[in-house]
Amino acid sequence: MTHHRRTVLGGLAAGSAAFAAPMVMAQGVPRVVVVGGGAGGATAARYLALESGGAVEVTLIEPSRSYFTCFFSNLYIGGLRDMQSLGHGYGTLAAEYGINVVHDWAVAVDRDARVVALASGASVPYDRLILSPGIDFKNGAVPGWDVTAQDDMPHAYRGGTQAELLKSQILAMPEGGTFAMIAPPDPYRCPPGPYERISMVATTLKAMNPRAKILIVDPKEGFSKQALFEEGWQRHYGGMIERIGPDFGGAAVSVDPAAMRIDIDGIVEDVDVCNVIPAQRAGRVAHEAGLTEGDWAPVNAADMSSRLDPAVHVLGDAAAQGDMPKSAFSANSQARVCASAVLGALTDARVFPAVYANTCWSLIAPDDGVKVGASYEATEEKIARVDGFISELGEDAETRADTYRESLGWYDEITADMFG
Amino acid sequence: MAENVTPRVRVPATATAGEVVTIKTLISHRMESGERRDEAGRRVPRSIIHRFVARFNGETVIDVAMEPAISTNPFFEFDARVPESGTMTFAWYDDDGSIYEEAREIVVE
Ligand SMILES: Cc1cc2nc3c(=O)[nH]c(=O)nc-3n(C[C@H](O)[C@H](O)[C@H](O)COP(=O)(O)OP(=O)(O)OC[C@H]3O[C@@H](n4cnc5c(N)ncnc54)[C@H](O)[C@@H]3O)c2cc1C
Repeated sequence: MTHHRRTVLGGLAAGSAAFAAPMVMAQGVPRVVVVGGGAGGATAARYLALESGGAVEVTLIEPSRSYFTCFFSNLYIGGLRDMQSLGHGYGTLAAEYGINVVHDWAVAVDRDARVVALASGASVPYDRLILSPGIDFKNGAVPGWDVTAQDDMPHAYRGGTQAELLKSQILAMPEGGTFAMIAPPDPYRCPPGPYERISMVATTLKAMNPRAKILIVDPKEGFSKQALFEEGWQRHYGGMIERIGPDFGGAAVSVDPAAMRIDIDGIVEDVDVCNVIPAQRAGRVAHEAGLTEGDWAPVNAADMSSRLDPAVHVLGDAAAQGDMPKSAFSANSQARVCASAVLGALTDARVFPAVYANTCWSLIAPDDGVKVGASYEATEEKIARVDGFISELGEDAETRADTYRESLGWYDEITADMFG
Repeated sequence: MAENVTPRVRVPATATAGEVVTIKTLISHRMESGERRDEAGRRVPRSIIHRFVARFNGETVIDVAMEPAISTNPFFEFDARVPESGTMTFAWYDDDGSIYEEAREIVVE
């Protein structure tokens, strides 16, 4: 992108700042609109405002006044965090970074006119658009379940209220009752997330309701950090947790929320709590904008620009980028690369080469933390994994406690990187 | 009968004569070893499934004894040759005297 601009302007610019401005900007300050104030969007908005020093105008569109992180919401379920500690406001981004924070929904994007339409009826023009809307659930993914059933069978897979509901249901379980989780098929946000949740549910139940049972109904053959989780589950929670994989009907499940019943390929189970995490796809606005192919929005690895429109970038869970897992760490990493590329395209800022990283920590029991991570590079085809690491089986308690402490540090860092 | 015990079996519905088919079984059971102590330090009494038998048309295919060291929710995968159509039966024997049974038809085409 930068290269292209230099070619066009080469010779003309000759050191003149005025000529170095891109041609899309007839006059005024270039406008960047960011849709979604989560791990990807808030980070991108903050870096753009910070690094441009006012050379671009940043508008952030996000309906919620407070962003409750999904990351660490499992720790809330395990009794290790309170909900307040997971909520973050946008005040600092507005007051100290000069970002125009608009609490509204983006409902449509006119990519020819470069305008985002909001639910309130307002519209916001852009020179560059960054979408980081996270995920939506696929309709009909779990027969019997839809959004009207999410109070009986919560997903708790988008931050805040749903996690509180799920936890209250766990605390109200009858003695010896059954907690069931319908796990999602790949790809979905936070690959170890469902299994960390199981661990934290088990932590709570072990303390309050030790005869309770946990049933995972899983359409996948295997899952992230499986050996580490299974080792930990056996060690900490005895026989509490059972997983039904596709071999035994894990991919052929339907639910009856009114009766609190699940049907696993013909075997019907009565359950007391049922956490349904349906199959996922890019947040709706990415589809509305016509930027998806199938469920996700394909992007170029070098700058997270859409493969369907170079004026739009898609970050985080919504993007089909290659090898990175859908995580807050990934979204944050992608947002930094994207912010640098967008600044480079709109001003004469230097663009840093695209390098990406991810680490996913999971807590198996209090102080028993594990992690998996990798670094990535941009290729023509995709964001490609370079090399990685994973916690080992049978690590000593001190190592695991260190890993957990590392994750606490990460939480503080990423939320500061998002919200200032 | 122990609580929450659900046997599950996966058997192909059809086979060709003499075909070797793969059968998988899973039973949810805590498999309490008898060695574990509860929070109050009392020994939790042993309660395991100690035997699993699969038969085809009455003939034993496998018959295994299980030890307390077996992990929870025991899983078995084994192959069986099916000479003709018939019924595969499965039985799990619990320490408490319960027997959990399942049966599946296999049609030889
Ligand atoms: C239980 C759980 C545990 C997790 N644990 C971890 C972890 O330990 N580490 C980790 O790295 N990741 C973790 N994750 C994953 C992480 O939360 C996501 O990958 C990350 O939030 C993705 O960032 P994003 O910007 O794509 O989407 P989000 O952070 O979801 O942000 C999307 C934002 O867009 C807004 N939005 C959506 N549509 C519109 C619209 N039309 N107009 C305006 N705004 C819109 C939403 O309100 C939302 O605020 C976890 C997830 C879950 C569910």
